[in-house]
Amino acid sequence: MSDLYRENILDHYGNPRNEGVLEDADISHERQNPVCGDVVRLDIKLEDGKVEEARFRGQGCVISMASASMFTEKIKGKTISELREIDEQDIFDMLGVELGPSRFHCGVLPLRVLEEALAESEEV
Amino acid sequence: MSTKTRLDPAIYRVDFPILNRKVGGKTLAYLDNAASTQKPEMVIEALSDFYRNRYANIHRGVHTLSEEATVAYEAARDKVAAFIQAPDRQGVVFTRNTTEAINLVAHSWGRTWIKAGDRIVVTMMEHHSNLVPWQQLAEEAGAELAYVSVTDEGHLDLASLDKHLEGPVKLVALTHISNVLGTVNPVEEIVARAHAAGARVLIDGAQSVPHLPVDVEAINCDFFAFSSHKMCGPTGIGVLYGRPELLEKMPPFLTGGGMIERVEREKSKWADLPAKFEAGTPAIAEAVGLAAAIDYLKSVGMEAIWTHEQDLAAYAWERLSDTPGARIIGPPAKGRSGIVSFTVEEVHPHDLAQILDSEGVAIRAGYHCAHPLHQCFGLPPTARASFYFYNTRQEVDRLVTGIRQAQKLLAVRR
Repeated sequence: MSDLYRENILDHYGNPRNEGVLEDADISHERQNPVCGDVVRLDIKLEDGKVEEARFRGQGCVISMASASMFTEKIKGKTISELREIDEQDIFDMLGVELGPSRFHCGVLPLRVLEEALAESEEV
Repeated sequence: MSTKTRLDPAIYRVDFPILNRKVGGKTLAYLDNAASTQKPEMVIEALSDFYRNRYANIHRGVHTLSEEATVAYEAARDKVAAFIQAPDRQGVVFTRNTTEAINLVAHSWGRTWIKAGDRIVVTMMEHHSNLVPWQQLAEEAGAELAYVSVTDEGHLDLASLDKHLEGPVKLVALTHISNVLGTVNPVEEIVARAHAAGARVLIDGAQSVPHLPVDVEAINCDFFAFSSHKMCGPTGIGVLYGRPELLEKMPPFLTGGGMIERVEREKSKWADLPAKFEAGTPAIAEAVGLAAAIDYLKSVGMEAIWTHEQDLAAYAWERLSDTPGARIIGPPAKGRSGIVSFTVEEVHPHDLAQILDSEGVAIRAGYHCAHPLHQCFGLPPTARASFYFYNTRQEVDRLVTGIRQAQKLLAVRR
């Protein structure tokens, strides 16, 4: 069976962490992946400039959903400037697998949501 | 059905070197033929032989190689014309692919004849390649773009066509066979109705020419487009067939070398058809490869190919219908092409395609370049298996086994 569907990924897909919405979120953003239609919404609550709580809601494949679930755990406690430093390699490390061109966009979807949200909050 | 027309894929599989390849340790089951088909030894050899022994640029070269290459290139045009029953070789223009052929018509014919207030009719089941060029043209010209609707069963709604044919309609652009639904459209009937309304008709034959006998004279369309790579030929070459009397009146699409008769300082005189539409050095070796592909397909027999694919589609329909959670998109088994799109409950098509890949089974997942169709049916991305004459019932069985494996693996969700 494909390397992608390793235990940790299936675990996060089957039992997503931090699924839901935050009504009093400081950062809230949603993005659809035009390639496959997958959607991820990310809500972040800040406390003393750090991520106090993060939730996601979405629809999509195993990779995008597992990635979103892991991502909410990964970003907890990080400052805004630390959030800005997260890159694609961090996502591969988090998933424990390098993604090829056909699934790359699935794995990085939550990161793209965060990047867009931070870019927008900067404009404001 | 007489047994004479029955086709045994085993006879032809040996001609395709790639079908011996292992993927993930398993023998490849290539079920992505609507995207592109594999190449037989004969086509690979034709390309290789041309480059090794006969290659030079065509036209106006007096030396032996150039003359031989010119003869081979123009012989490919004759072969294409005969294959689609085109009444006139002047109407056969080589392009890069179906998309470029359609763009040629949209730019050259469209920008000459489509004016503000005119109507262009397309259908809800078009591939983006037969949709976006018309969207662009309509926007530029201030024309209206109207969509023929698709019934729940996946057929064109001809009443909706008739409605759109009332009024200032100039063009109907539609696909012969849907690349998602596998629906075979009644193109002869539609052309007759469109002509009666005074409209020209362009047919996207990308999914038909490779799979069944096509007669453009009987269809009676004004333009017809298809690609070589979906019919065992090389990438990089496609065909536009147009009525010569229309092509004559159209301005060139691309300009430069090869498409002129005379160039003066201020203006140029265009070459005769079809050279007028073939600016620059064309895909010469690819034309030779396409000719070899046509010879190969003729040796298999287009009727036999169509019968075999319908058999596979019907078998896939039956097996998928017996698979809990699987839902087939498009018309019932009878009369559809070898394109079978489906969804599987609780399994995203990208995951399905990935898991099937690890079993050596190649399918496609996504929107298949048909966003409006998916929107109109409220469809999520779908999985698509598409067959050719070298596919077998055993490969359909492997598809179904893979689907069940994916269902089992991903049954972890709460």
